[in-house]
Amino acid sequence: MTETRPRTLFDKIWDAHVVEALPDGTAILYIDKHLTHEVTSPQAFEALRAAGRKVRRPDATIAVVDHNIATDASRYGTIEDPESRQQVETLERNVAEFGVPYIPLTDARQGIVHVIGPELGLSLPGMTIVCGDSHTSTHGALGALAFGIGTSEVEHVLATQTLLQKPAKNMRVTVDGTLPVGCTAKDIVLAIIGHIGTAGGNGHVIEYAGEAIRALDMAGRMTVCNMSIEAGARAGMVAPDQTTFDYVKGRPFAPKGEAFDSAVAWWSTLPSDPGAHFDREVRLDAAQIIPQVTWGTSPEDVLPITGVVPNPADQADEAKRAQVQRMLDYMGLTPGQRLQDLKVDVVFIGSCTNSRIEDLRVAASIARGRKVADGVRALVVPGSGLVKAQAESEGLNRVFRDAGFEWREAGCSMCLGMNPDKLKPGQRCASTSNRNFEGRQGPGGRTHLLSPAMAAAAALAGRLADVRDFQPKGA
Amino acid sequence: MRAFTTLTGIAAPLPQANVDTDKIIPARFLKTIARTGLGKNLFANVRYREDGSENPDFILNREPYRQSEILIAYENFGCGSSREHAPWALLDFGIRCVIAPDFGDIFHNNSFKNGILPIRLPRAICEQLMEDAKLGANARLTVDLERQVVVRPNGEEIPFEVDAFRKHLLLNGLDDIGQTMQRAPAIDGFEAKQRAAQPWLYA
Ligand code: SF4
Repeated sequence: MTETRPRTLFDKIWDAHVVEALPDGTAILYIDKHLTHEVTSPQAFEALRAAGRKVRRPDATIAVVDHNIATDASRYGTIEDPESRQQVETLERNVAEFGVPYIPLTDARQGIVHVIGPELGLSLPGMTIVCGDSHTSTHGALGALAFGIGTSEVEHVLATQTLLQKPAKNMRVTVDGTLPVGCTAKDIVLAIIGHIGTAGGNGHVIEYAGEAIRALDMAGRMTVCNMSIEAGARAGMVAPDQTTFDYVKGRPFAPKGEAFDSAVAWWSTLPSDPGAHFDREVRLDAAQIIPQVTWGTSPEDVLPITGVVPNPADQADEAKRAQVQRMLDYMGLTPGQRLQDLKVDVVFIGSCTNSRIEDLRVAASIARGRKVADGVRALVVPGSGLVKAQAESEGLNRVFRDAGFEWREAGCSMCLGMNPDKLKPGQRCASTSNRNFEGRQGPGGRTHLLSPAMAAAAALAGRLADVRDFQPKGA
Repeated sequence: MRAFTTLTGIAAPLPQANVDTDKIIPARFLKTIARTGLGKNLFANVRYREDGSENPDFILNREPYRQSEILIAYENFGCGSSREHAPWALLDFGIRCVIAPDFGDIFHNNSFKNGILPIRLPRAICEQLMEDAKLGANARLTVDLERQVVVRPNGEEIPFEVDAFRKHLLLNGLDDIGQTMQRAPAIDGFEAKQRAAQPWLYA
């Protein structure tokens, strides 16, 4: 490559993966890692079979079950729901037939696809990574180009190990300063989405930069990149640095020894060049962030926990007024209500946004020595079997159980209404997941998105609460 | 894939922004292993009441919109998840074209792969088309992909942009996997080079 113009992180990974550029700018883009799960793959395998095609690179593919499965002990028996069972069994048949490596439910490494990818070293810096799932953006935290695709594209990757893509536009979100106590990566990303809106990143890949991002550990960077899709972006990324390399080193599928050193040598060339062009730049000051919580049914409807439910009458245009009213009706809210007065029925700590060991540690530090409020159902769902084992070795399961939280098995759980963990109509939930859409956690369910620390505080208070009022108690 | 050339049909107005994929088809309907038969679950949470009966207020439950082939909506249609079940459900219902100011990226992509044409038009024009659509059976819209125009009931033509490569695939109903497979030697060449430079990417 004789490229001399300053390039962004995205540009560099893109350029390194173009197999062929077509005249109109569409590229055949090579895919290094393809993650699959039971929900978005059956129709792709079926189409391959019908066309007599093979999986081009089983060694670059991995499959896991996460969306459909129960997160209690019942999962090791027969899956009760016949359709869920059929999806899991179909995946098992497909991976056997096409020779795709598979992590079954009974494997200690099973978990949410976006948790296990980085955890096992399957996802690496500089890679192109895809999965039939929009939160594939999570893996961009490693300094990879990672994005969600539809099932037709899953089929395209299985058959050709490539995708037909047009380059995205570059956007940089710089978060300066230091996060105040009580705030975490989740508050950063909610604040960003509140600022640019759910369509703010459409057509762009977002690179997160700045002091506050650099200071995040990998789990925090994953939380931020995870929700890029909620800002409309195709992908989110953070330039690889020493934090990244330290994280990757020694993971089961990561390169070892000399290979690791030569990988690091390449990865170190990836950060955006000085003077590289960004089509859009956004800046935020981390020091100004107050713990965030959503009140509406779109992730952009977010406010500091100190705020009150907005009044539709304050909206200038009529369409927006109607939209706010509609959201308040759905969420069962009245204008002017203090967010901290909203009683919750359920608290969900989990999902690919916030189910890593670091998330559970923070939540446990708030829960330690306290009790979940009467009438609140609180679930902690580790993102993977390995996260669960790590948490248990640190005694976090006991902290949660003693406080009255349910300690579950790994999976997507109550992030989406597709497995037995669902909200009932009208239930209000403080959730660490990523989507507060109508019905997302079950028909009629009402979701407030927030950080694991804030979720733990809500469980203890029985209402949305300001985590800054809950100082951790000693171990 | 079925080719898309021109389409004349009833357009349904859905005057909402951020119509997300969970709304288009809730997750509990993603348990299928087929691509067809999802039309009955389209917009299920708003289209049906709790007892399973139709909600008469929902646009697609009313005549003539039960026969809609075009959908008009506002900003960020199809935001949210990557589920291709969203275009599958639209297609199974009979929708072949969605017009909105902009779309969720993955939904936009998925639509083309299923012979659905997503058209981006400015908000003000969508508002006009929304008014047209409210006229129901008296107001059929025509979408001409070859000429890249939407024709309003009054005959006015509104031009739209579409990616040249996708237009070609759609007009001819071409399967893009077949197209890419023809480039296999280039993919082989890429892999040989990458394997030499970054052997750790190959098991
Ligand atoms: S945890 Fe939620 S967002 Fe993440 S992959 Fe599972 S269902 Fe999707």
